[in-house]
Amino acid sequence: MDKQPLNEQNFENAVKSYQPKPSYVMNCIKAFIVGGLICVFGELLSQMYIHWFDYNEENAMNPTVATLILLAALATGFGVYDKLGQFAGAGSAVPVTGFANSITSAALEHKSEGLVLGVATNLFKLAGSVIVFGVVAAYVLGIFRYLWSLIF
Amino acid sequence: MGKAGKHTWTFSNQVYIQASGTAVGPMEGEGPLGSTYDVIHEELHCGESNWELAERKLMFDAVYACLQKAGVDQSAIDLFLAGDLLNQNVTGNYVARQLGIPVLGMFGACSTSMETLASGAALVDSGFADQALVAVSSHNCTAERQFRYPTEYGGQKPKTATYTVTGSGAALLSRTPSPVQVEAATIGRVMDYNIKDPFDMGSAMAPAAWDTIKTHLEDMGRMPSDYDVIATGDLSSVGSPIFRDMMKQDGYDLSEVHKDCGMLVYHSDQPVFAGGSGCACSAVVTYGKLIQDLMEGKYNKVLVAATGALMSPMMIQQKESIPGIAHAVVLKRGEGAS
Repeated sequence: MDKQPLNEQNFENAVKSYQPKPSYVMNCIKAFIVGGLICVFGELLSQMYIHWFDYNEENAMNPTVATLILLAALATGFGVYDKLGQFAGAGSAVPVTGFANSITSAALEHKSEGLVLGVATNLFKLAGSVIVFGVVAAYVLGIFRYLWSLIF
Repeated sequence: MGKAGKHTWTFSNQVYIQASGTAVGPMEGEGPLGSTYDVIHEELHCGESNWELAERKLMFDAVYACLQKAGVDQSAIDLFLAGDLLNQNVTGNYVARQLGIPVLGMFGACSTSMETLASGAALVDSGFADQALVAVSSHNCTAERQFRYPTEYGGQKPKTATYTVTGSGAALLSRTPSPVQVEAATIGRVMDYNIKDPFDMGSAMAPAAWDTIKTHLEDMGRMPSDYDVIATGDLSSVGSPIFRDMMKQDGYDLSEVHKDCGMLVYHSDQPVFAGGSGCACSAVVTYGKLIQDLMEGKYNKVLVAATGALMSPMMIQQKESIPGIAHAVVLKRGEGAS
């Protein structure tokens, strides 16, 4: 039997055949291409800062990240980034541009409640968890790295 | 006036819809029912400075379009029943502040459209009000903020997600004969079959639509063929086949008569995932297209079952499932019909 009866006990399983499946392969390809293009663009930016401005390979990262964040914030404000996000998924969420989008979109959303209680309070509504886990993970890894250096 | 069967009210004192009004946003205006709306806003802000004000503007537009068509001044109205999707029912309450009509705020998620219509009809039928105004609204951007993420956040939504309709619908009820009569209403139970995905409300609400419509048909001793259309609110392309198959299991074939407002309101090539949702979804279709078709005699009797996912983001984070509800109202051609 291809269709299961739709009753209370079995409902969650029975409705699975009605729900359209996410296109995992296609989503992965889109995410890879868009995420990759964002990184290529970042690489071009950092090369630009090295060749045309007075940066070396180590510190060219700083203006590159700042430029990407600025562009992502502008794209969010112009209403483009959410459409890119729907297309690319993790491809546009994982790079630093996705982080910028989560902060800018929250700021825009809560502008109507004022600068302090609206924008400032809600700025890290989505990005806060990223920062928390980023700091905790860095701390834990830092301890391991230190212990490693003591042993060897 | 009285109860029929288990959960159905029949209005024997003849309650009629005097007039109805609808207001929608740009995407709905471009949809297949674009010509049936009274007010279409070209821009999502509706000329206001924030989304909440935009939703309020939509409800004002729908209410005033309705009153203007009825030729009734707001001072002559006894009762205003209003609801929306926002916390503390802010849209309805702030519209009521300006209307100056005694108000009852109602919430049944997206089923509020038929909840207000059924309650309004009951109060007019019983004589507690001579003229009652009912209105609901939803706005895509206020709903996104209330239930999901900031509007400009680039998160990816699955294909089962729905798109909240930007709009508002209002109707004026009284006992004065008019072309559209409110014949009966069936009040739904909360049905929860343990669906937990907030991006799949169609699956969560299908059991509620099934329960209410089955109860309605049993209470009234009717078959689906007694209706020209049985419309569900916002089951979408996911929930609609689930609902139809659940009805089929009980021996009711709805393939000829069932329509889902969430799938009527947009073209299939509009970017709305599985279809439209929100209080306004069933309201703008019912108070626009369905009432016009009843007036023109294209339909004689329709059943509208507005479906609601009684979802709270906090309860979802606490791992609760999504309770569903559906309220159904029968509209038929009345005495005043030409």
